[in-house]
Amino acid sequence: MKVQSYLRKAAFYLLLGVIVLQAVFPFYYAILTSLESGQAIFDVNYLPHVFDLSNYKSAFTNGVFGHQILNSIFVATVVVVLSMLLAVTASYSLARIPFKGRALLLLTVLSVSMFPQIAVLSGLFEVIRMMGLFNSLWSLIFSYMIFTLPFTVWVLTTFMRKLPSEIEEAAIMDGAPPLVIVRRVFLPLLWPAMVTTGLLAFIHAWNEFLFALTFLSTDSQRTVPVAIALISGRSEFEIPWGNIMAASVIVTLPLVALVLIFQRKIVSGLTAGAVKG
Amino acid sequence: MAPQSGLARQRTRSAWVFLAPMLFVLAAVALYPLLRTIWFGFTDASLTSFGSARFVGIRNYLEWLDYGDGNGEWLGLLVDGRWWSAVWNTVRFTLVSVTLETIFGMVIALVLNQKFPGRAVVRAAVLIPWAIPTVVSAKMWGWMLHDQFGIINDMLMRVGILSAPVAWTASPDTAMAAVMMVDIWKTTPFMALLILAGLQMIPDDIYEAARLDGVGPVRTFRRITLPLVLPAMLVAVVFRALDALRIFDIVYVLTPNSPETRTMSVFARENLFDYDKFAYGSAASTLLFLIIAMITIGFIYATRMDLSGTRE
Repeated sequence: MKVQSYLRKAAFYLLLGVIVLQAVFPFYYAILTSLESGQAIFDVNYLPHVFDLSNYKSAFTNGVFGHQILNSIFVATVVVVLSMLLAVTASYSLARIPFKGRALLLLTVLSVSMFPQIAVLSGLFEVIRMMGLFNSLWSLIFSYMIFTLPFTVWVLTTFMRKLPSEIEEAAIMDGAPPLVIVRRVFLPLLWPAMVTTGLLAFIHAWNEFLFALTFLSTDSQRTVPVAIALISGRSEFEIPWGNIMAASVIVTLPLVALVLIFQRKIVSGLTAGAVKG
Repeated sequence: MAPQSGLARQRTRSAWVFLAPMLFVLAAVALYPLLRTIWFGFTDASLTSFGSARFVGIRNYLEWLDYGDGNGEWLGLLVDGRWWSAVWNTVRFTLVSVTLETIFGMVIALVLNQKFPGRAVVRAAVLIPWAIPTVVSAKMWGWMLHDQFGIINDMLMRVGILSAPVAWTASPDTAMAAVMMVDIWKTTPFMALLILAGLQMIPDDIYEAARLDGVGPVRTFRRITLPLVLPAMLVAVVFRALDALRIFDIVYVLTPNSPETRTMSVFARENLFDYDKFAYGSAASTLLFLIIAMITIGFIYATRMDLSGTRE
């Protein structure tokens, strides 16, 4: 009996070890590679043995990588702010005011969040050309609304529905206009949900690839995922893996930090929205 | 319904005022582009001249090309072998990846649902793949799967599973497996977290009762855990499946131009922007949309999702 329980414990911790190892190893290996340069890269190593920052230096000195990071930060931030502004009032209506067609509207919002991006790509391309936004960061800010807005509305609506009706009854009786109710009663309560959805929307916008690949055409305008995808050498045999890994680590570290810090919030947001971030 | 009071009417009016900006943006970014995509599928639009596109009927989908000598052939998307192989690739990818993600996600969720020291740290570690941008994941794995200098070949050769290095991403036999590997690695955390949330809703006293009755762990899992966690799991599976059906990034970055991994999204974008067959690509996008829309509607009906919020 005793032996059996020890064996069981050992098996459990072994499984735990495998789970953790597979989760962190690829990122660990990317960091390891990013710290090697020259020929050292082509020897397979499992443990760090050199500490060479030249890949990081060249990432920032050659080309426009620094600029591309700023592009990504700008796009993701503006997308989050705009979708919050639009979503807070919209979800108040959907969550707190009974009116005809509400269920249908919510269904529409939910189905837009499942839209395959490719289905709107050619139409969106036309709209963006018409508005003169091609190769402008605003083309991304505009097009990213297709996934951040429904997601934000959905999660905030779910959250607001759970609040008891008493909290706004007094305000309604006092004849406060709805906008005042949203600002004075709900906004202070909404912060936790807004932090969660904002984070998820930020991560989604930061990672987006298809629109960024299609609507931007010059290097200095690109966001980081496209920049990394397009790093190439003069031939297939000269792919600068060290530089690619350094750039990858740079754009991923802030995300990993965010996820580790806000772990609980992110998990609750994912389960509330059941939408992939 | 009782006649609405003045107050209720005023609130309904402001509801629509509040909704208008959001609805306008969604119409501009989703509805109008979708309708235009569908329209382009019925025209001869090209990348440089979509302003002057003319209606050509269903020619992009199906057309009989007559040779003039009594013979001829069918042309169009519906008889295009490349399209159907892209459909098959997408379906195969979705079935295999989502199945394995569900199994691995369940295992990880069951482990994380146990009490052990350092659980918070493990849960954070498990989330890391989810936090890494898809493109970066594809690049990282592309490097690990490198045929000459990749660590995966090195590992497998060290333990004797492989005798010679494999060109994982380039070889037609393994390209799809490589894409699946990256996707499974990246999205299993999402699955695990959703299942874990479901597991945590199961009250402890059910397990306690089962233990007192001497029910073994396997039976407990099959008779108690699985049925109770099933609803949460199904939601996760459907969201993942819808997501997998539109996969683009990993394929584009990890195995560019490989017919073995070309999915519907990749096929559509190739035609739209690389081959200058804008109308043909739009037709493919439309079909992809139809497929996903049908699955979504089926899901909403099947689960009778409560959207009005009145039954809460």
